[in-house]
Amino acid sequence: MSQSTEAAALSSLSVPFRPGGVADGSASLAMSEDIARATQPQIENSVLEARDFCLWYGEKQALKNISMEVPEKQITAFIGPSGCGKSTLLRSINRLNDLVPSVRVDGDILFEGESVFGAEVDTNLLRKRVGMVFQKSNPFPKSIYENVAYGCRIQGISHRTELDEIVERSLRSSALWDEVKDRLDDVATGLSGGQQQRLCIARAIAVEPEVILFDEPCSALDPIATAKIEELMKELRHQYTQVIVTHNMQQASRISDFTAFLYLGELIEYGPTKSVFINPIRQQTEDYITGRFG
Amino acid sequence: MHLSLLLLILGLLATVGFVLGRHRALGLVDKAAQLRSLPGYYGAYVLLWCALPSLLVLCLWLALDSGFVDRLLMSDLPAAVQQLPEEELALYIRDVKNLATGNVVSGQAGRELQLGADRYQGLLRTNLVSRSLVVLGLAVLGLFLGWRSIDLRLKAMNRVEAAAKWILMAGSTLAVFTTLGIILSLIFEAGRFFRLVPMGEFLFGLRWSPQLALRADQVGSSGSFGAVPLFAGTLLITVIAMLVAVPVGLLSAIYLAEYAGPRFRTFAKPLLEILAGVPTVVYGFFAALTVAPTLRRFGEGLGLEVASESALAAGAVMGIMIIPYVSSLSDDVISAVPRGLREASLGMGATQAETIRRVVFPAALPGIVGGILLAVSRAIGETMIVVMAAGLAANLTANPLEAVTTVTVQIVTLLVGDQEFDSAKTLAAFALGLMLFLVTLVLNVVALVVVRKYREQYE
Repeated sequence: MSQSTEAAALSSLSVPFRPGGVADGSASLAMSEDIARATQPQIENSVLEARDFCLWYGEKQALKNISMEVPEKQITAFIGPSGCGKSTLLRSINRLNDLVPSVRVDGDILFEGESVFGAEVDTNLLRKRVGMVFQKSNPFPKSIYENVAYGCRIQGISHRTELDEIVERSLRSSALWDEVKDRLDDVATGLSGGQQQRLCIARAIAVEPEVILFDEPCSALDPIATAKIEELMKELRHQYTQVIVTHNMQQASRISDFTAFLYLGELIEYGPTKSVFINPIRQQTEDYITGRFG
Repeated sequence: MHLSLLLLILGLLATVGFVLGRHRALGLVDKAAQLRSLPGYYGAYVLLWCALPSLLVLCLWLALDSGFVDRLLMSDLPAAVQQLPEEELALYIRDVKNLATGNVVSGQAGRELQLGADRYQGLLRTNLVSRSLVVLGLAVLGLFLGWRSIDLRLKAMNRVEAAAKWILMAGSTLAVFTTLGIILSLIFEAGRFFRLVPMGEFLFGLRWSPQLALRADQVGSSGSFGAVPLFAGTLLITVIAMLVAVPVGLLSAIYLAEYAGPRFRTFAKPLLEILAGVPTVVYGFFAALTVAPTLRRFGEGLGLEVASESALAAGAVMGIMIIPYVSSLSDDVISAVPRGLREASLGMGATQAETIRRVVFPAALPGIVGGILLAVSRAIGETMIVVMAAGLAANLTANPLEAVTTVTVQIVTLLVGDQEFDSAKTLAAFALGLMLFLVTLVLNVVALVVVRKYREQYE
């Protein structure tokens, strides 16, 4: 409770302000005086919250003092040019960055009020609750059925009727059921790119996560497949909290409720999608969304 | 003219051709840029004209001249000698040649023989002189023709690159023809063996005892060529070797690919691969002098009878030797499993062990099987360790504590020492070699197909 009030208090500040204890982000702050703490929207039910989150790959700082909240059961989009740190931020939420050696973090990310970096956190449990869909569709070289059932199997569910039910439900909600119901035992790598990506979504929702992270899910797909994925995301809006990283600004404006603009590792602007796209507060945001750079 | 001198002169001529060709091309135009090809290509064009035909003729000459000289020599020999039976004629000709080159001659050198030797020396001299003349003449002619044909319309670059293509092709066919030659010689010699010993007996006979009686009344050396004990021994040792190599190799591959830190990996992987670089003869005496006695003592402690040369000792040491074949190849395929698959599995909340067991390992399995098949064919063909540690007794047994013998060991023992190439004992080596070749060939083909199929899946 106190966290959200604190964040609200922070967001209402219009003067440049840093909480103490942060040493590294100060250089960039001094460089551009007009970049204050990014604009923060009012968020009622926050599920995820970053607090002065910094991340380094070796010596290179990839994220600088990111503070933001992600609302529950809404779609939040991260936009920004390549290398701005949006994927890194996304992959910090389910701690997939742990796989990269030489990663170091400072600050914190909270999931339902609890730090995901805490010593007692079970990353496997965290990743069960925070599912992910990747840029390149990556179905396992198994059957379609086994792909969807994978998460359940590692949780120890092996009863056939139960699995059948979960597989059908997941494939239906990822709008793939009608296309694959007659060939559930075919190898998943034989599906088309868009079908593979929807299969990956089915696989993610089969374990009923609370949050689904999408890392540029449509960047390898044609417009029709992209439209299907977007449609799907909209349908899932009221069941899951969704966070999407995208290069495609039209996509962000089409599907997201909130949009965060990141640039060079900093959160420049964050607000309801409409206001970010129609009436951006910061000059950099406007330059980016009007295509002047990036 | 000596061959090396001839080649040196050819090289000089070719260099001259290069310089002249380049010069002529540059003389045709004001600026080098006006030429169709770079000036060096005109030089190379003349060089090829000069060197290629003359070298080809030289090769042919070297391949054919001895037979031709022999034919000429033979026709000059006295009629009485020409009437001799084939073997004696060959001996006579060898004597003539030995006399001509100053080697030891069998028997007394008669006047006739001396005449023949002089004649042979004359023939050799003519051969050398005409060879030099023809080859150098061709080189000069080629140089001149190539040089003269240079004009502005000549596409020197295309011509040179076409020639380069043919030269490359010749290189690759050489390797293919060598393999073909080996296969053909195996097949022909094995064919001669199968004329002496029926194929059914060889393939399905249960007794291997290749000692043939030298005298009719000799006891106990009837000679029997049933190869089943050899196949069984090879199989037994291969199975033991794979029982050692596959688990150890796979476990180390999984550790290296999935768990080991980069520092440990860079240090441990080459160390493991050193195992493959140890000479097999060193493994052989390690097996025979260290492992086998230890096994024997240990077995005696348990009340088991262990032969001092046992299949177990040879197989275990061979297994150690092929660990890197399994581990290195498997490590490569496991590392080649796309990172996306690992992330997808970890992102679902699977642990690293679950990810390896359920996703990475199944995805890498075809490649791993390919690697194991290659290791098997290596184990089947391995010779030195088994020669030293497995013994020579062709026991038909499945007991790893007894001495067995393998196909390779028998090939070695059949061909070591004096031998006559019309006896079934010697020819049996070729039949065994053919079997070995066929089995490893099939294994290699299967392994390659499996590996390729796996690659197609991800690229």
